[in-house]
Amino acid sequence: MGYDLRLRVWRGDRSGGQLGDYSVPVEEGEVVLDAIHRLQATQAGDLAVRWNCKAGKCGSCSAEINGRPRLMCMTRLSDFEESETITVTPVRTFPVIRDLVTDVSFNYEKAKQVPAVKLTPRDPDGKRRMMQVDVERGQEFRKCIECFLCQNVCHVVRDHEENKEAFAGPRHFLRYAELDMHPLDTHDRRKLAQDVAGLGMCNITKCCTEVCPEGIHITDNAIIPMKERVVDRKFDPVTWLGSKIGRRDPRDEV
Amino acid sequence: MSHISQQPDERHPMTGNRMDSGDDTGFERHEYDVVVIGAGGAGLRAAIAAHDAGARVAIVCKSLLGKAHTVMAEGGIAASMGNVYPDDNWRVHFRDTMRGGKMLNNWRMAQLHAQEAPERVLELEEWGALFDRTPEGLISQRDFGGHKYARLAHVGDRTGLEMIRTLQQHAVSLGIDVFMECTVTDIFKDGDAVAGAFAYWRETGRFVVFDAPAVVLATGGIGKSYQVTSNSWEYTGDGHALAMKTGASLINMEFVQFHPTGMVWPPSVKGILVTESVRGDGGALKNSEGNRFMFDYIPEYFKSETADSVEEAEGWYADKKNNRRPPELLPRDEVARAINSEIKAGRGSPHGGVFLDIASRRDADFIKRRLPSMYHQFKELADVDITAEPMEVGPTCHYVMGGVEVDADTEQSRVPGLYAAGEVAGGMHGSNRLGGNSLSDLLVFGRRAGESAAAYVQGLKDVRPRIVADDVRLAARTALAPFAIENGGENPYTIQKDLQDVMQRLVGIIRKAEELEESLEEIQKLKDRATRLSVEGHRQYNPGWHLAIDLTNMLIVCECIAKAALERKESRGGHTRDDYPGPDDSWGQVNLVLTLAGGDYSAPVDLEHKPLPQMPDDLRELFDQ
Repeated sequence: MGYDLRLRVWRGDRSGGQLGDYSVPVEEGEVVLDAIHRLQATQAGDLAVRWNCKAGKCGSCSAEINGRPRLMCMTRLSDFEESETITVTPVRTFPVIRDLVTDVSFNYEKAKQVPAVKLTPRDPDGKRRMMQVDVERGQEFRKCIECFLCQNVCHVVRDHEENKEAFAGPRHFLRYAELDMHPLDTHDRRKLAQDVAGLGMCNITKCCTEVCPEGIHITDNAIIPMKERVVDRKFDPVTWLGSKIGRRDPRDEV
Repeated sequence: MSHISQQPDERHPMTGNRMDSGDDTGFERHEYDVVVIGAGGAGLRAAIAAHDAGARVAIVCKSLLGKAHTVMAEGGIAASMGNVYPDDNWRVHFRDTMRGGKMLNNWRMAQLHAQEAPERVLELEEWGALFDRTPEGLISQRDFGGHKYARLAHVGDRTGLEMIRTLQQHAVSLGIDVFMECTVTDIFKDGDAVAGAFAYWRETGRFVVFDAPAVVLATGGIGKSYQVTSNSWEYTGDGHALAMKTGASLINMEFVQFHPTGMVWPPSVKGILVTESVRGDGGALKNSEGNRFMFDYIPEYFKSETADSVEEAEGWYADKKNNRRPPELLPRDEVARAINSEIKAGRGSPHGGVFLDIASRRDADFIKRRLPSMYHQFKELADVDITAEPMEVGPTCHYVMGGVEVDADTEQSRVPGLYAAGEVAGGMHGSNRLGGNSLSDLLVFGRRAGESAAAYVQGLKDVRPRIVADDVRLAARTALAPFAIENGGENPYTIQKDLQDVMQRLVGIIRKAEELEESLEEIQKLKDRATRLSVEGHRQYNPGWHLAIDLTNMLIVCECIAKAALERKESRGGHTRDDYPGPDDSWGQVNLVLTLAGGDYSAPVDLEHKPLPQMPDDLRELFDQ
């Protein structure tokens, strides 16, 4: 049943900080976020932490728990020994604001660079028709809850601040792939994915896929197919010939 | 509150922020035509509409963009597109909505909602939403409680995520300014009209002033005032309270929806939503004796359209023309009360709920495809495999029907320049909301609010309301008050917990006069304690301070709920009185309107009776069938 959990939580801000040691009473069936909340309500009222749904649906409470990037609301205490100390630190790839809260604006800035969907006109009855099998590929990527854990573990940016300018990261490759696979979209973003989002910098080590709490096959279903589509556009002789004789992909490059 | 003396050029003792105001306030300052508070479905849709109408728009939201409560909506968006049942149309949807709300709805809002919802859904598709499809390739529609036809456009059981992401991506592509993790604490007026808003950045604790003649409230609900709730920390009734303070009125606050199916175990997840789609897709409710008890709770009002035997209910899944709907798909208020009664009668499940069983009817593939996040949620958080065993579920505070009293067509409150849309607005759902009608409500009235706000500002031409400098100073002092109490102050977390206990115990699903009177006394005591709130630390990302500010909103909203609940001496929809167990026709013609004299938080709320708007005859005929 209940026991006193030994919890270490990183406390600090941009100028630095350290791990604080706490003992927090916890109950059966609880998750790490429950322990953090109890700590906040009883011992550290100003402990900064993001959370919203507490059900793995909003992607707010990302952190590193004993070094592993996870959602605090979906990490059960029963996964650990009662004698074990649980250490919670902020995600490493983004600058700390305070305690467990980091500045994730990188992700929102990159999102602005993706041109929106632009569909073909509606059918005469005012509706659109798409087959389930055709929307399912995009639907897998739209399960993304924007927890940014994939961005956090991606080694292209994890310890390489200098790569952030040219690299949008796995979350946004999902977005490019989703739009590219949309049955009715009229934009061609392949050049953009390569040049602006830095798709070529990804060397498919699958770290992103491993941490995705939604189980999206980021590497296999989004990044690799997207890389192939980019390559097709550049090097496929048929495409090349087509572009020379005026037969182009019906989509407009953006 | 004036804990801090007022001198020019004064700086706050703890933060060093300048405390004086005027043209040079020392505060960050922005000018917009329309400021939208909240970035859920209604806020985003309002901002898009105002932007499209030519207004300069800002969205100000408490969390990161894309994390608002809409993200948690699961089942779908109700819209009579007729993709599955060609017989469906707006009149049927309108009728279902009114009957679900026990006829207390604002008829005009229910009409606009039913008429405009289909186009709003198609618009989402235009902006990139990928809904599940019918075999013909149209948007699929699923069954839900209280809806005559399968009507909910959906994406598995994560429709809210699809909706918020679509709106978010569209708003970003339009270049609308978003102030994330920025909380509005005051709305300014110039005379009677809105002049702007006051907010703090969560990250730094620094203040922002928005000069804007129109403000759209899209702040959602109040569920965090209850112990067991499906709502997140954000749901502290901010918009409800801001409206009252600004001089607007609330209606229908006694009607709080307890969703019949929340998780009950383990304690950590108690209250987390279990989508109504489980029942829509074939889930049955059973008690500890294995009986489908809902057959014992079919009210007279819905008898003619509800199956009265297990055989007929079973037949409905395969043949919907010749069988009536299973009673599990009655409106939420009916199902929540029934579950509550079964638990009280000692026929509950081991952890104090009842059983919800879909595994007996559907195979594992079907369940995982239609209800992926329910499967995931139970597996990860409760060690329950819903494809093999029943879930344990019980009622959880989910939604407030009550909200800001607005004009049905324009969503303007009684304060010029102040608009409300979505859960924070009242009237649309009457005494009980049907599942699926929330997401459509957000889209229909979000758009209307945004358009009206933009039109209002255009109509002002160059004569804009101006913010009064003293009001800015007062807003800053009020927000910082918790830092001024040094030792022995009240802990905001403790007061919140005590308030949740009072509301759960005394203003819950089943209510009675003595308990409601007691709740009002308790709320008053908490209000007194809340004048001495203190917080530790400094202003930078300090949740204790944020809660202290939110608490004043929660307290006033709770007072409204308890006061209206005590006044309404009947049972209807989301308001059930043990001492007045049935509906009363004369109460069926009355709205309870709440206001705050002089906008003073410490004053008690005023309550008055107001007759319901009368429905025209051509709509009334729909109910004679």
